[in-house]
Amino acid sequence: MSEFLTGLLRLRRGPWEMVATILIALGVFMLMQPFVLWAFTYSFIVTLIGTVMFIIVSHFPE
Amino acid sequence: MSDRTVDRVAQATPERVARKIRGLSDRAIAWIFISPTIFLLLAINIFPLIWTIQLSFTNYKANRIGREVKDVGLRNYERILTDSDTWLNMQATAHFLFWTIFFQVLIGFALAWLINKKFKGNDLWTTIIVLPMMLSPAVVGNFWKFLYQPQIGLFNYIVSWFTGKDPSSFEMLGSVTLAPWAIVIVDTWMWTPFVMLICLAGLRSIPDYIYEAAEIDRASKLRQFFTITIPMVLPFLMLAVLFRGIENFKMFDLVVQLTGGGPGSVTELTSINLKREAFEKWRTGYASAYAIILFVTVFGLASIYVKALNKVKQR
Repeated sequence: MSEFLTGLLRLRRGPWEMVATILIALGVFMLMQPFVLWAFTYSFIVTLIGTVMFIIVSHFPE
Repeated sequence: MSDRTVDRVAQATPERVARKIRGLSDRAIAWIFISPTIFLLLAINIFPLIWTIQLSFTNYKANRIGREVKDVGLRNYERILTDSDTWLNMQATAHFLFWTIFFQVLIGFALAWLINKKFKGNDLWTTIIVLPMMLSPAVVGNFWKFLYQPQIGLFNYIVSWFTGKDPSSFEMLGSVTLAPWAIVIVDTWMWTPFVMLICLAGLRSIPDYIYEAAEIDRASKLRQFFTITIPMVLPFLMLAVLFRGIENFKMFDLVVQLTGGGPGSVTELTSINLKREAFEKWRTGYASAYAIILFVTVFGLASIYVKALNKVKQR
């Protein structure tokens, strides 16, 4: 866990890509879940943030 | 021989052209070669994407040329993401996605595990199993439409043979409860072989010495399966899940052929809904915003897919 946080603070690719991946997966889940409409409403912005973040952080050093 | 050909070509080239070519740097020649591809990419992919993004902020209707196009800001996005009908379409897509991937992974992995065992006629069975994915989705859709016919369809007769029900007492494509499962069955039939091939590649990449070491340590077959086979095939499975997920998220042709989105809108997947908004209701601006939402979702999933692919490559 501390390695993950250090990676985040040092702007390393691995942990940041993990955060972006989680955001994308969360956005897709929110888009398709059958439980609450508000999650569907905010799904696009979550996926968009995750996707843009993924594009940016994939240029970070390993 | 080749030297002579080269000399002949060099001699045949007019002096004026030869001088021009000689004056070009390697970089310039590289640009000359790739520029048609770049031009096509810009014209076919990038320009429509930028135009769609621009249209998604307007009330543009493609069937009303000359009508004033107003800027509506984020209203199209707001209407889509607060619309309960669109939410239902997403749920229909989610049902289709979840169950197709679940069955395809389960059956695909089981088939790969069986095919990986050496037996007589192994190659023949692999070819037979792989046949469905080589067919066109339109052909498969029509073909299964006949199989699902309540009066003459083979599917209903097989079900009635097992359950004792009258074959014409249920309609797979006409029933609100059965139609979502009907499309899941057809997609599973068509694409399980693809998952099987990916799993087979994963199973064949596991070196025999790992199993031999486990045998020496007296690990049971079940233990070997859960501690060697599953972890080593997992990246490949992940790849298959992502690939099928992206493909099924965009599913259109097969479902249109089978149900056309009906009965009602229970099998109206997002891509069918998008086509209706764009080319039946002619709400181009709204449909553009819808397309951008789907594009961002698929792009996000594709990013994870590329990451998973790189992990598999590193193995």
